[in-house]
Amino acid sequence: MTPPATVVQRPRVAELTYREALNQALQEEMKRDESVFLMGEEVAQYHGAYKVSKGLLEHFGNRRVLDTPISELGFSGLGVGAALAGLRPVIEFMTFNFSFLALDQVINTAAKWRYMSGGQFKVPIVFRGPNGAALQLAAQHSHACETYYFHAPGIKVVAPATPADAKGLLKAAIRDDDPVIVLEGELLYNIRGTVPEDGEHIVPLGKADVKRTGTDLSIVAHGRSVHLALQAAGELEQEGVDTEVVDLRSLRPLDAETVLASVRKTNRAICVEEGWPFGGVGGQVVSIIQEEAFDWLDAPVFRVTQADVPMPYAKNLEQTAKPSLERVVRACHRVLYGDGAWGDDTQ
Amino acid sequence: MANSHTRAKTQEKVEAESEPRSTASSDYGKGALRQGGGDSLNGVDPEVAVRLMRQMLLFRRFEERAEEAYAIGKIGGFCHLHIGQEGSAAGTVGALHQDDYVIGTYREHTQALAKGMSPNAVMAELYGRVGGCSRGRGGSMHLFDAEKYFLGGAGIVAGQVPTATGVGFAIRYRGEKRVVLCLLGEAALNQGAFHEALNFAAIWKLPVIYAVENNVYGMGTAFYRVSRTHVDDRALAYGIPCHVVNGQDVLSTYTLFRRLADEVRHGSGPHYVEIRTYRFKGHSMSDPVSGTYRSKEEVEQRTEEEDPIRILKERCFAAGVMDQEELEGMDAEVRKQIDGAAQFADSSPAPDPVNLYDYVYAQTSQHGRLFLDGRDDAPGDGGAEA
Ligand SMILES: Cc1ncc(C[n+]2csc(CCOP(=O)(O)OP(=O)(O)O)c2C)c(N)n1
Ligand SMILES: [Mg+2]
Repeated sequence: MTPPATVVQRPRVAELTYREALNQALQEEMKRDESVFLMGEEVAQYHGAYKVSKGLLEHFGNRRVLDTPISELGFSGLGVGAALAGLRPVIEFMTFNFSFLALDQVINTAAKWRYMSGGQFKVPIVFRGPNGAALQLAAQHSHACETYYFHAPGIKVVAPATPADAKGLLKAAIRDDDPVIVLEGELLYNIRGTVPEDGEHIVPLGKADVKRTGTDLSIVAHGRSVHLALQAAGELEQEGVDTEVVDLRSLRPLDAETVLASVRKTNRAICVEEGWPFGGVGGQVVSIIQEEAFDWLDAPVFRVTQADVPMPYAKNLEQTAKPSLERVVRACHRVLYGDGAWGDDTQ
Repeated sequence: MANSHTRAKTQEKVEAESEPRSTASSDYGKGALRQGGGDSLNGVDPEVAVRLMRQMLLFRRFEERAEEAYAIGKIGGFCHLHIGQEGSAAGTVGALHQDDYVIGTYREHTQALAKGMSPNAVMAELYGRVGGCSRGRGGSMHLFDAEKYFLGGAGIVAGQVPTATGVGFAIRYRGEKRVVLCLLGEAALNQGAFHEALNFAAIWKLPVIYAVENNVYGMGTAFYRVSRTHVDDRALAYGIPCHVVNGQDVLSTYTLFRRLADEVRHGSGPHYVEIRTYRFKGHSMSDPVSGTYRSKEEVEQRTEEEDPIRILKERCFAAGVMDQEELEGMDAEVRKQIDGAAQFADSSPAPDPVNLYDYVYAQTSQHGRLFLDGRDDAPGDGGAEA
């Protein structure tokens, strides 16, 4: 038998916003799998506070797209129960700031039921929503919440930076048999990018992506910070520095291999994140690097984070507190030349 | 108290005739709102009525100015206006003593003003300036004034309810004759924190008044869509007396809160009030006034019929305590005051970034900056360089 002639098909792609890419992922997965449903505050009639669920109620009806009361603990726990009973809930937090009210259900139930039951139960649930600071929303509405979740065994955490990754990671998260936290960038919803229209566009959990290759220095980042890293790489290029940008994409599992390979090549690294420094994501990355690539390092690994303060409201203070292009470039300079590496950079 | 009723734990739940019991539409509560107390002042002192009028005008003009300032970028972030609900701010906070406590939500500009905070300091906070009541750190959602016993400004729905209850605990602990007023929106009633807190207040007879501003919607969700019971039923389960009042009628609201505050001060334990009101503007500045969840006609009609300022005006005119000319004079004064507040806010400087690390802990390092591990000269970026 002659095999059928293979036709090389170009994958169909579309230029979509991050928001539309997430919407497409939800649509496709809900079409593919009856057990997937979406629940959260304002997700149905209002199409989501950030309009991610536009058209879903109209398409799938109120059995599968459900508006909830403002009861984060209640609907998260309800989702966990539904997952235990065989459904695949997607729970939207209007923003991750409000997920703190649900933390018990996520950490004490979703993350542990598989383990405590000796593997008899699974909790295939997705908790998603905007994460990180937007503009002048002050201390209670500007949290980067990655560390609260990635601390706990039993949970997976992803943070897409681009529309294509947003779609692919959300689809992977929905299909995964463990609880997955999908941290969307509150300031990324409007960015555009090419996205495979393919219903099987899956970005595997636990795989980082080198968003820019380089030889002199590695910037390890995730979510919105990836864009800052790319901008910094552009600036450094003017100075003749060739920067590699590693987008972690998944924070747990964390793709140590890709990070280490990059550092072994460039011998220098910094980490950028929107969260606080103490016990941050960068702390974990630095620990992996020093344990496994110590001999390759030519400089200490620095981190650029939100200042160690609750987010201030005043515009100028907020700008000072957030990781900025300036601070990222300065941290790069410090690891490139080594000078002043252990000094106080307030001077 | 024509528009309110009380139900104690032991009382049979009586369907008050005047109360429309259907929550099945956004018309909920409208019947109660339309019946006025005739053209009298409901027994309220004429002086008080005039003071409440000035307060409500101040709130309205303040919010209108905030709206303008937001449109031209002087105010950022989230900004939630209280336009349409002024009767509720004046009638609740305005009925308290100076040393009573108030804690509210992110929709709290007017309550802060009602507690006697200066319009200058509140406006400057909205502008994010050092002259602001929270020194530019809090913004619109987080107004504070320790001297006025105004405790915020809480941005997490229902987060303030257990906190208020704790303030009540402290009052009782020290044997003081004070009251804490906890303001919340009706959508907060579905949070666990609300239920846990009310039970505490009930079992320990804490001096708290829970004032639920039922403006029909929590963002785009009408209460009837997320509850099978009525707003005024919610505290009965805990044995707390429940009351209903028309928040568009500031005189009724004021009279009720005067009485309740007195009772609470004399050891009655907690009270719970549903204030029926209506939000004339969008949920926040980014939310359209009408749209998917309520029609333009609905907003127009209720704005027309239920303006608390117009309702009080008619009562004052009918009672002869004020005429059109006096009202216009008062409005002109208030507008001047608001102009002054905006000027003050404009001229107040932005906070100095050198002070970025202030107020995180009681103490900072000798550099005025708090390092991660307590050392003054710890290495690393450590956050932002100020
Ligand atoms: C725990 C929590 N969940 C969600 C939100 C987002 N949010 C802010 S206000 C609001 C609606 C609250 O409505 P209501 O309590 O009725 O007060 P209103 O805005 O009508 O004054 C929501 C959902 C929040 N701030 N906190
Ligand atoms: Mg409301």
